[in-house]
Amino acid sequence: MSEVIVVTSGKGGVGKTTTSAAFATGLAMRGHKTVVIDFDVGLRNLDLIMGCERRVVFDIINVIQGEANLKQALIRDKRVENLSILPASQTRDKDALTEEGVEKILAELRQTHDYIVCDSPAGIERGAHLALYFADQAVVVTNPEVSSVRDSDRILGVLASRSQRSEQGESPVKEHLLVTRYDPARVERGEMLKVEDVQEILAIPLLGVIPESQSVLQASNQGVPVILEGESAAGKAYSDAVGRFLGEKIEHRYMGPEKKGLFSRLFRGAA
Amino acid sequence: MSLLDFFRASKRAKPSAEMARDRLQIVLAHERISRDGDDFLPRLEKEIMAVVARYVEVENDRAIVKLDRSDDVSTLEIEIELPTKAREENKPDRMRASG
Repeated sequence: MSEVIVVTSGKGGVGKTTTSAAFATGLAMRGHKTVVIDFDVGLRNLDLIMGCERRVVFDIINVIQGEANLKQALIRDKRVENLSILPASQTRDKDALTEEGVEKILAELRQTHDYIVCDSPAGIERGAHLALYFADQAVVVTNPEVSSVRDSDRILGVLASRSQRSEQGESPVKEHLLVTRYDPARVERGEMLKVEDVQEILAIPLLGVIPESQSVLQASNQGVPVILEGESAAGKAYSDAVGRFLGEKIEHRYMGPEKKGLFSRLFRGAA
Repeated sequence: MSLLDFFRASKRAKPSAEMARDRLQIVLAHERISRDGDDFLPRLEKEIMAVVARYVEVENDRAIVKLDRSDDVSTLEIEIELPTKAREENKPDRMRASG
Protein backbone atom coordinates (compact mmCIF):
# COMPACT_ATOMS: atom_id res chain seq x y z
CA MET A 1 0.00 0.00 0.00
CA SER A 2 1.39 3.36 -0.93
CA GLU A 3 1.17 6.61 1.00
CA VAL A 4 1.24 10.17 -0.27
CA ILE A 5 3.05 12.48 2.17
CA VAL A 6 2.99 16.25 1.75
CA VAL A 7 5.73 18.37 3.27
CA THR A 8 4.13 21.73 3.84
CA SER A 9 4.32 24.88 5.98
CA GLY A 10 2.57 27.85 4.48
CA LYS A 11 5.56 30.06 5.13
CA GLY A 12 8.61 30.03 2.87
CA GLY A 13 12.17 29.42 3.93
CA VAL A 14 11.40 27.20 6.91
CA GLY A 15 12.96 24.05 5.46
CA LYS A 16 10.34 22.27 3.35
CA THR A 17 12.70 21.29 0.55
CA THR A 18 15.49 20.34 2.97
CA THR A 19 12.95 18.22 4.83
CA SER A 20 11.48 16.66 1.68
CA ALA A 21 14.94 15.67 0.46
CA ALA A 22 16.01 14.30 3.84
CA PHE A 23 12.74 12.52 4.50
CA ALA A 24 12.50 10.85 1.10
CA THR A 25 16.14 9.78 1.31
CA GLY A 26 15.58 8.40 4.81
CA LEU A 27 12.55 6.38 3.72
CA ALA A 28 14.49 4.97 0.75
CA MET A 29 17.48 4.13 2.96
CA ARG A 30 15.16 2.00 5.05
CA GLY A 31 14.25 0.01 1.98
CA HIS A 32 11.01 1.70 0.94
CA LYS A 33 10.57 2.55 -2.71
CA THR A 34 10.22 6.31 -2.60
CA VAL A 35 9.74 9.18 -5.01
CA VAL A 36 9.97 12.86 -4.11
CA ILE A 37 8.09 15.40 -6.24
CA ASP A 38 8.83 19.12 -6.53
CA PHE A 39 5.53 21.04 -6.75
CA ASP A 40 7.17 24.45 -6.94
CA VAL A 41 6.61 25.10 -10.64
CA GLY A 42 8.66 28.08 -11.76
CA LEU A 43 10.93 28.02 -8.70
CA ARG A 44 12.31 24.51 -8.75
CA ASN A 45 14.96 23.78 -6.15
CA LEU A 46 14.57 20.19 -5.01
CA ASP A 47 16.89 19.13 -7.85
CA LEU A 48 19.66 21.32 -6.42
CA ILE A 49 19.18 20.08 -2.86
CA MET A 50 19.20 16.48 -4.13
CA GLY A 51 22.24 17.19 -6.30
CA CYS A 52 20.67 16.05 -9.57
CA GLU A 53 20.19 19.45 -11.26
CA ARG A 54 22.30 18.53 -14.27
CA ARG A 55 20.37 15.35 -14.92
CA VAL A 56 16.96 17.01 -15.36
CA VAL A 57 15.61 16.32 -18.84
CA PHE A 58 11.85 16.24 -18.42
CA ASP A 59 9.70 17.58 -15.58
CA ILE A 60 6.24 17.18 -14.05
CA ILE A 61 4.65 19.61 -16.53
CA ASN A 62 6.08 17.67 -19.48
CA VAL A 63 4.41 14.57 -18.05
CA ILE A 64 1.08 16.33 -17.43
CA GLN A 65 1.05 17.70 -20.97
CA GLY A 66 1.97 14.35 -22.51
CA GLU A 67 5.38 15.42 -23.81
CA ALA A 68 7.12 12.71 -21.81
CA ASN A 69 6.07 9.70 -19.81
CA LEU A 70 6.71 9.30 -16.10
CA LYS A 71 9.55 6.85 -16.61
CA GLN A 72 11.43 9.38 -18.73
CA ALA A 73 10.95 12.18 -16.23
CA LEU A 74 11.91 10.31 -13.04
CA ILE A 75 15.55 10.76 -12.02
CA ARG A 76 17.00 7.86 -10.07
CA ASP A 77 19.23 8.87 -7.19
CA LYS A 78 22.81 7.69 -7.65
CA ARG A 79 23.60 7.31 -3.95
CA VAL A 80 20.51 5.65 -2.54
CA GLU A 81 18.65 2.73 -4.03
CA ASN A 82 14.84 2.92 -4.21
CA LEU A 83 14.86 6.72 -4.52
CA SER A 84 13.80 8.89 -7.44
CA ILE A 85 13.00 12.53 -8.02
CA LEU A 86 10.34 14.13 -10.18
CA PRO A 87 11.45 17.72 -10.78
CA ALA A 88 9.23 20.75 -11.24
CA SER A 89 9.34 22.83 -14.38
CA GLN A 90 11.55 25.88 -14.17
CA THR A 91 10.18 27.72 -17.19
CA ARG A 92 6.51 26.89 -17.47
CA ASP A 93 3.55 28.75 -16.09
CA LYS A 94 2.37 27.32 -12.78
CA ASP A 95 -1.18 27.12 -14.16
CA ALA A 96 0.05 24.16 -16.20
CA LEU A 97 -0.16 22.16 -12.97
CA THR A 98 -3.69 20.75 -13.08
CA GLU A 99 -5.64 18.70 -10.57
CA GLU A 100 -6.35 15.98 -13.15
CA GLY A 101 -2.70 15.90 -14.17
CA VAL A 102 -1.45 15.58 -10.60
CA GLU A 103 -4.09 12.96 -9.80
CA LYS A 104 -3.02 10.86 -12.79
CA ILE A 105 0.69 11.07 -11.94
CA LEU A 106 0.07 10.14 -8.28
CA ALA A 107 -2.15 7.21 -9.28
CA GLU A 108 0.58 5.90 -11.57
CA LEU A 109 3.30 6.37 -8.93
CA ARG A 110 1.17 4.60 -6.32
CA GLN A 111 1.38 1.43 -8.44
CA THR A 112 5.15 1.26 -8.13
CA HIS A 113 6.15 3.16 -4.98
CA ASP A 114 5.65 2.79 -1.23
CA TYR A 115 5.99 6.50 -0.44
CA ILE A 116 5.36 9.57 -2.55
CA VAL A 117 6.75 12.70 -0.89
CA CYS A 118 5.29 15.97 -2.20
CA ASP A 119 7.48 19.02 -1.64
CA SER A 120 5.00 21.89 -1.42
CA PRO A 121 5.76 25.44 -2.51
CA ALA A 122 5.22 28.22 0.02
CA GLY A 123 1.85 29.96 0.23
CA ILE A 124 -1.65 28.55 -0.09
CA GLU A 125 -2.13 29.06 -3.82
CA ARG A 126 -2.58 26.45 -6.53
CA GLY A 127 0.79 24.66 -6.22
CA ALA A 128 0.58 24.37 -2.45
CA HIS A 129 -3.06 23.27 -2.61
CA LEU A 130 -2.37 20.59 -5.22
CA ALA A 131 0.66 19.35 -3.26
CA LEU A 132 -1.52 18.64 -0.23
CA TYR A 133 -4.83 17.82 -1.93
CA PHE A 134 -4.18 14.09 -2.44
CA ALA A 135 -2.13 13.57 0.74
CA ASP A 136 -2.66 10.73 3.20
CA GLN A 137 -0.19 12.22 5.67
CA ALA A 138 1.26 15.68 6.18
CA VAL A 139 4.57 16.76 7.66
CA VAL A 140 4.06 20.36 8.80
CA VAL A 141 7.43 22.08 8.95
CA THR A 142 7.49 24.91 11.49
CA ASN A 143 10.17 27.25 12.79
CA PRO A 144 9.86 28.33 16.44
CA GLU A 145 8.85 31.81 15.37
CA VAL A 146 5.47 33.61 15.34
CA SER A 147 4.87 33.97 11.60
CA SER A 148 5.81 30.38 10.88
CA VAL A 149 3.54 29.02 13.62
CA ARG A 150 0.62 31.12 12.40
CA ASP A 151 1.10 29.99 8.80
CA SER A 152 1.33 26.37 9.90
CA ASP A 153 -1.97 26.78 11.71
CA ARG A 154 -3.49 28.14 8.53
CA ILE A 155 -2.17 25.18 6.52
CA LEU A 156 -3.64 22.78 9.09
CA GLY A 157 -6.98 24.49 8.44
CA VAL A 158 -6.59 23.93 4.70
CA LEU A 159 -5.69 20.25 5.29
CA ALA A 160 -8.78 19.83 7.42
CA SER A 161 -11.20 21.47 5.00
CA ARG A 162 -9.82 21.46 1.47
CA SER A 163 -7.97 18.17 1.07
CA GLN A 164 -9.49 15.33 -0.92
CA ARG A 165 -9.86 13.27 2.25
CA SER A 166 -11.87 16.02 3.94
CA GLU A 167 -13.98 16.75 0.88
CA GLN A 168 -14.86 13.10 0.43
CA GLY A 169 -15.49 12.55 4.13
CA GLU A 170 -12.71 10.00 4.55
CA SER A 171 -10.51 9.74 7.63
CA PRO A 172 -8.54 12.97 7.95
CA VAL A 173 -5.01 13.53 6.70
CA LYS A 174 -2.62 12.32 9.40
CA GLU A 175 -0.65 15.34 10.60
CA HIS A 176 2.89 15.45 11.97
CA LEU A 177 4.72 18.44 13.41
CA LEU A 178 8.37 18.89 12.53
CA VAL A 179 10.04 21.83 14.27
CA THR A 180 13.14 22.94 12.38
CA ARG A 181 15.95 25.44 13.02
CA TYR A 182 15.56 24.88 16.74
CA ASP A 183 18.16 26.52 18.95
CA PRO A 184 17.97 25.07 22.49
CA ALA A 185 20.40 27.67 23.85
CA ARG A 186 18.14 30.53 22.72
CA VAL A 187 15.12 28.68 24.07
CA GLU A 188 16.82 28.43 27.43
CA ARG A 189 17.46 32.18 27.40
CA GLY A 190 13.77 32.80 26.73
CA GLU A 191 14.45 34.18 23.26
CA MET A 192 12.83 31.41 21.25
CA LEU A 193 9.52 29.55 21.50
CA LYS A 194 9.82 26.18 23.21
CA VAL A 195 8.97 23.15 21.12
CA GLU A 196 6.36 22.28 23.79
CA ASP A 197 4.67 25.64 23.24
CA VAL A 198 4.66 25.26 19.46
CA GLN A 199 3.19 21.80 19.82
CA GLU A 200 0.56 22.93 22.31
CA ILE A 201 -0.52 25.81 20.06
CA LEU A 202 -0.74 23.73 16.87
CA ALA A 203 -2.09 20.69 18.74
CA ILE A 204 -0.73 17.98 16.46
CA PRO A 205 1.68 15.15 17.35
CA LEU A 206 5.37 15.99 17.35
CA LEU A 207 7.38 14.00 14.83
CA GLY A 208 10.75 15.56 15.51
CA VAL A 209 12.90 18.55 16.29
CA ILE A 210 15.70 19.45 13.90
CA PRO A 211 18.33 21.61 15.60
CA GLU A 212 19.74 24.67 13.89
CA SER A 213 22.88 23.29 12.32
CA GLN A 214 25.64 24.47 10.06
CA SER A 215 25.58 21.14 8.30
CA VAL A 216 22.25 21.97 6.59
CA LEU A 217 23.86 24.75 4.55
CA GLN A 218 26.97 22.69 3.95
CA ALA A 219 24.91 19.77 2.70
CA SER A 220 22.85 21.98 0.39
CA ASN A 221 26.05 23.56 -0.98
CA GLN A 222 27.10 20.11 -2.08
CA GLY A 223 23.72 18.82 -3.22
CA VAL A 224 23.62 16.13 -0.55
CA PRO A 225 20.45 15.51 1.49
CA VAL A 226 21.49 16.34 5.05
CA ILE A 227 20.31 12.96 6.32
CA LEU A 228 23.29 11.45 4.49
CA GLU A 229 25.61 13.53 6.70
CA GLY A 230 25.49 10.84 9.35
CA GLU A 231 27.65 12.72 11.83
CA SER A 232 25.64 15.95 11.90
CA ALA A 233 23.01 16.62 14.54
CA ALA A 234 20.48 17.68 11.88
CA GLY A 235 21.14 14.50 9.89
CA LYS A 236 20.63 12.33 12.96
CA ALA A 237 17.51 14.24 13.95
CA TYR A 238 16.00 13.67 10.48
CA SER A 239 16.92 10.02 10.70
CA ASP A 240 15.10 9.80 14.07
CA ALA A 241 12.07 11.56 12.60
CA VAL A 242 11.87 9.08 9.71
CA GLY A 243 12.14 6.21 12.20
CA ARG A 244 9.27 7.65 14.28
CA PHE A 245 7.23 8.17 11.13
CA LEU A 246 7.61 4.45 10.43
CA GLY A 247 6.37 3.65 13.93
CA GLU A 248 9.65 3.13 15.77
CA LYS A 249 9.89 4.34 19.35
CA ILE A 250 12.77 6.80 19.34
CA GLU A 251 13.32 9.31 22.12
CA HIS A 252 13.56 12.97 21.18
CA ARG A 253 17.02 14.49 21.37
CA TYR A 254 18.62 17.86 20.61
CA MET A 255 15.85 19.57 22.56
CA GLY A 256 18.04 20.73 25.44
CA PRO A 257 21.17 22.87 25.25
CA GLU A 258 24.29 21.09 24.16
CA LYS A 259 26.45 20.07 27.08
CA LYS A 260 29.82 21.51 26.35
CA GLY A 261 32.97 19.97 27.73
CA LEU A 262 35.99 22.00 28.69
CA PHE A 263 37.60 21.27 25.36
CA SER A 264 34.81 22.65 23.20
CA ARG A 265 34.36 25.57 25.60
CA LEU A 266 37.98 26.51 25.07
CA PHE A 267 38.12 25.93 21.35
CA ARG A 268 34.47 26.40 20.28
CA GLY A 269 34.76 23.25 18.20
CA ALA A 270 32.49 22.66 15.22
CA ALA A 271 29.05 21.38 16.11
CA MET B 1 21.28 53.72 34.87
CA SER B 2 22.89 52.03 37.80
CA LEU B 3 23.89 48.43 37.83
CA LEU B 4 21.07 47.73 40.25
CA ASP B 5 18.53 49.16 37.80
CA PHE B 6 19.90 46.94 35.10
CA PHE B 7 19.28 43.81 37.14
CA ARG B 8 15.83 45.00 38.18
CA ALA B 9 14.84 45.70 34.61
CA SER B 10 16.04 42.37 33.32
CA LYS B 11 14.22 40.57 36.09
CA ARG B 12 10.92 42.26 35.40
CA ALA B 13 10.89 42.01 31.61
CA LYS B 14 8.95 39.10 30.25
CA PRO B 15 11.00 36.76 28.07
CA SER B 16 10.18 37.47 24.43
CA ALA B 17 9.41 33.79 23.83
CA GLU B 18 6.54 34.04 26.32
CA MET B 19 5.21 37.09 24.54
CA ALA B 20 5.37 35.14 21.29
CA ARG B 21 3.38 32.30 22.82
CA ASP B 22 0.72 34.58 24.33
CA ARG B 23 0.28 36.61 21.14
CA LEU B 24 -0.02 33.46 19.05
CA GLN B 25 -2.62 31.95 21.35
CA ILE B 26 -4.80 35.04 21.06
CA VAL B 27 -4.47 35.61 17.31
CA LEU B 28 -4.96 31.94 16.44
CA ALA B 29 -8.02 31.63 18.67
CA HIS B 30 -9.54 34.46 16.61
CA GLU B 31 -8.48 33.06 13.26
CA ARG B 32 -9.78 29.60 14.05
CA ILE B 33 -13.26 30.97 14.72
CA SER B 34 -13.68 32.17 11.17
CA ARG B 35 -12.01 29.06 9.79
CA ASP B 36 -14.09 26.42 11.54
CA GLY B 37 -17.23 27.19 9.60
CA ASP B 38 -19.39 27.87 12.64
CA ASP B 39 -20.19 31.19 11.11
CA PHE B 40 -22.60 32.32 13.80
CA LEU B 41 -19.65 32.68 16.17
CA PRO B 42 -18.42 36.06 14.89
CA ARG B 43 -21.97 37.43 15.21
CA LEU B 44 -22.35 35.87 18.64
CA GLU B 45 -19.09 37.46 19.69
CA LYS B 46 -20.23 40.86 18.43
CA GLU B 47 -23.57 40.69 20.24
CA ILE B 48 -22.06 39.48 23.50
CA MET B 49 -19.53 42.27 23.37
CA ALA B 50 -22.27 44.80 22.75
CA VAL B 51 -24.16 43.63 25.84
CA VAL B 52 -21.08 43.52 28.04
CA ALA B 53 -20.04 46.97 26.82
CA ARG B 54 -23.27 48.41 28.23
CA TYR B 55 -22.06 47.59 31.74
CA VAL B 56 -18.27 47.67 31.64
CA GLU B 57 -15.70 49.21 29.41
CA VAL B 58 -14.24 46.57 27.09
CA GLU B 59 -12.08 46.46 24.04
CA ASN B 60 -13.35 44.57 21.06
CA ASP B 61 -10.16 42.71 20.32
CA ARG B 62 -10.02 41.36 23.84
CA ALA B 63 -12.69 38.70 23.49
CA ILE B 64 -12.30 35.10 22.51
CA VAL B 65 -15.33 33.01 21.64
CA LYS B 66 -14.49 29.39 21.01
CA LEU B 67 -16.70 26.44 20.19
CA ASP B 68 -15.31 22.95 20.66
CA ARG B 69 -17.42 20.19 19.22
CA SER B 70 -16.72 16.57 19.98
CA ASP B 71 -18.85 13.43 19.97
CA ASP B 72 -19.68 13.43 23.67
CA VAL B 73 -19.73 17.05 24.67
CA SER B 74 -19.46 20.47 23.09
CA THR B 75 -18.33 23.52 24.96
CA LEU B 76 -18.80 27.18 24.24
CA GLU B 77 -15.97 29.13 25.76
CA ILE B 78 -16.25 32.89 26.13
CA GLU B 79 -13.32 34.82 27.47
CA ILE B 80 -13.44 38.58 27.76
CA GLU B 81 -10.51 40.49 29.08
CA LEU B 82 -11.46 43.57 31.07
CA PRO B 83 -9.18 46.57 31.26
CA THR B 84 -7.56 46.99 34.66
CA LYS B 85 -7.91 50.17 36.68
CA ALA B 86 -4.40 51.21 35.84
CA ARG B 87 -5.34 51.21 32.21
CA GLU B 88 -8.41 53.31 32.71
CA GLU B 89 -6.17 55.92 34.25
CA ASN B 90 -4.15 55.77 31.10
CA LYS B 91 -1.06 54.33 32.67
CA PRO B 92 0.91 51.73 30.82
CA ASP B 93 -0.11 48.34 32.09
CA ARG B 94 2.37 45.60 31.74
CA MET B 95 0.46 42.99 33.68
CA ARG B 96 -2.17 42.70 31.02
CA ALA B 97 0.04 40.75 28.71
CA SER B 98 0.18 37.90 31.15
CA GLY B 99 -3.48 38.13 32.18
